[in-house]
Amino acid sequence: MLNKFLVAVEGSAGSRRAVNHAIEHAKASNAELVLAHVIDWSPYSFHTPEELSARHKRREEELTRAKDIVLAPIMKLVEDAGVKSSAEVRHGKGAETLAEMAKEHEVAQIIAGRSGESGVSTMLFGTTSSKLVQISSVPVLIVP
Amino acid sequence: MTYRPFIAFSILFAALASPAFAGIDDTINSITAPIASLIGQIVFFKIPVFGAQLPLVVLWLVVGAVFFTFYMGFVSLRGFKHAIELVRGDYSNPNDAGEVSHFQALATAVSGTVGIGNIGGVAVAVTVGGPGATFWMILAGFLGMSTKFVECTLGVKYRQENPDGSVSGGPMYFMRDGLAAQGRAGLSKFMGTFYAVGIFIGALGIGNMFQSNQAYVQLNTVAGGALDGLGWLVGLILAGVVFSVIIGGIKSIAAVTEKVVPFMAVLYCVFAIIVILMNGAFIPAAIGNIFSGALTPEGVAGGALGALIIGFQRAVFSNEAGIGSASIAHSAVRTNEPVTEGYVSLLEPFIDTIVICTITALVIGTTQVAAPGFAGDATGVAMTSAAFERQISWFPYVLAIAALLFAFSTMISWSYYGLKGWTYLFGESTQTLYKLIFCAFVALGCMVQLGPILDISDALVFLICVPNILALYFLAPVVKREMNSYMERIKSGEIKKYKA
Repeated sequence: MLNKFLVAVEGSAGSRRAVNHAIEHAKASNAELVLAHVIDWSPYSFHTPEELSARHKRREEELTRAKDIVLAPIMKLVEDAGVKSSAEVRHGKGAETLAEMAKEHEVAQIIAGRSGESGVSTMLFGTTSSKLVQISSVPVLIVP
Repeated sequence: MTYRPFIAFSILFAALASPAFAGIDDTINSITAPIASLIGQIVFFKIPVFGAQLPLVVLWLVVGAVFFTFYMGFVSLRGFKHAIELVRGDYSNPNDAGEVSHFQALATAVSGTVGIGNIGGVAVAVTVGGPGATFWMILAGFLGMSTKFVECTLGVKYRQENPDGSVSGGPMYFMRDGLAAQGRAGLSKFMGTFYAVGIFIGALGIGNMFQSNQAYVQLNTVAGGALDGLGWLVGLILAGVVFSVIIGGIKSIAAVTEKVVPFMAVLYCVFAIIVILMNGAFIPAAIGNIFSGALTPEGVAGGALGALIIGFQRAVFSNEAGIGSASIAHSAVRTNEPVTEGYVSLLEPFIDTIVICTITALVIGTTQVAAPGFAGDATGVAMTSAAFERQISWFPYVLAIAALLFAFSTMISWSYYGLKGWTYLFGESTQTLYKLIFCAFVALGCMVQLGPILDISDALVFLICVPNILALYFLAPVVKREMNSYMERIKSGEIKKYKA
């Protein structure tokens, strides 16, 4: 049951390197991958009433975009390599949410890129990867 | 393209203002004053009781709040801890992450209610009703918690999803659908429409003119009167900024305000507590005055009842319980348990009235004991400002900024509440017209004097709570059923905490 790895996925090249590394790793140890993408979000933020009323719609759009644009190409890449995988998008704080997902899926380790290169990815990486190392209950592999 | 209406609007204003720049504020004042007093007389139909003038609407609200407090079995006390657990996210399903959280709904509703009323309205209450008005204000805040509980639960329960995926809710929807479900088809349509008209007009008073007026007064105070007669200019600038957000769609201004306002509110409370502590020696006397003034006030028209009426009036004006506005803000939360929003919303009168208003009242109260007549003829926000200035000379500047931001965020929130009333009546296509009217009233608010403004806004607010409270009576059994069923499931463990 332990041969399951969680891979942090976002749109950057750094993340792509992590995915490639995870594929090799999974092949070698006959593991399957959980592709996880986190959309930065906090329940403790401030908004106007108008934003709140449109929030549900916005959330659906965010999830669709994450699945279609971020996860779909990665899933294809993993599938083409002949590795079994599942994918999940969640809202939350990068490191905390990844650590939670790792627990839920009972993965053996987390594989993440060291740093993203686009502006958006700094939300997930940068300080997030070091935070992940601190809070994760399973080993974390950071791919440079 | 977006700015064309604004240019037209500015030209119109310049044309209005051109004949006599200095005289325009006076002109507008002389036109609005009789209208205000007429509206005030109609809505504030007063019955003389033991020498005090008891406005019927205040009686209406208080009776409602007392009823809901008992009918819901003091949910304001019993549900308080659960409300905090909900806001903390203890019961939030992680799968719903990304949806509107309880905290966000609360924060938005609070920044709509925490406004100038908390700074200036309290000063008005203490001036007219004596220190004892504070006691009644706190009591009204406590009773208002149950009213909020009922109206916000209903707001979520009967909200509707629009074709574009956004949600609309609030009293007009729970009146229309909730009362219709009880077989009161005719009444439901009438009341839904009545409320929608009320909240639209009310948005121009409490959520607009009163706010911009007091923001201008405070700016003028710190400017040492340099803005005398320039209300039209300040009004025009303020209207321009509101315009850029609600019509121009400049979200960044709104976003910044939404983030700065909670910070300012905390800052305000911290400094208020510092001032109270600096007046430390006078705290016991000030608190003594609040209690003795509540029952045996000196020099207050109508005695204890006079103080009570004023206290209640200002509390409702500040925390909006019974008005139904928060019900609109809370309806955006997606939950299977509408009653959870009821619990969360009962924290609003607590934060707004029992905490913030009381702090303001103590700042003024301790200063009054220390230096009677410290504010001269000043009332409203200028009086609060003077009380702060006595201890912290530069604080009026901070207060001016805070007042401006509070006023602004309240106006943005209320522009939305009013819009919901407007679109309920006229559909989505005429939104811009509403927004233009709203901006015009922002400017107008800076040109008239506080007295008539307060009369108009109070009158309009109470106009809305008549149909709202009536609907709450009809629908309270629905809320009670939801509450009991929810509490049973909490007890039985069917509804669990997600966090340990």
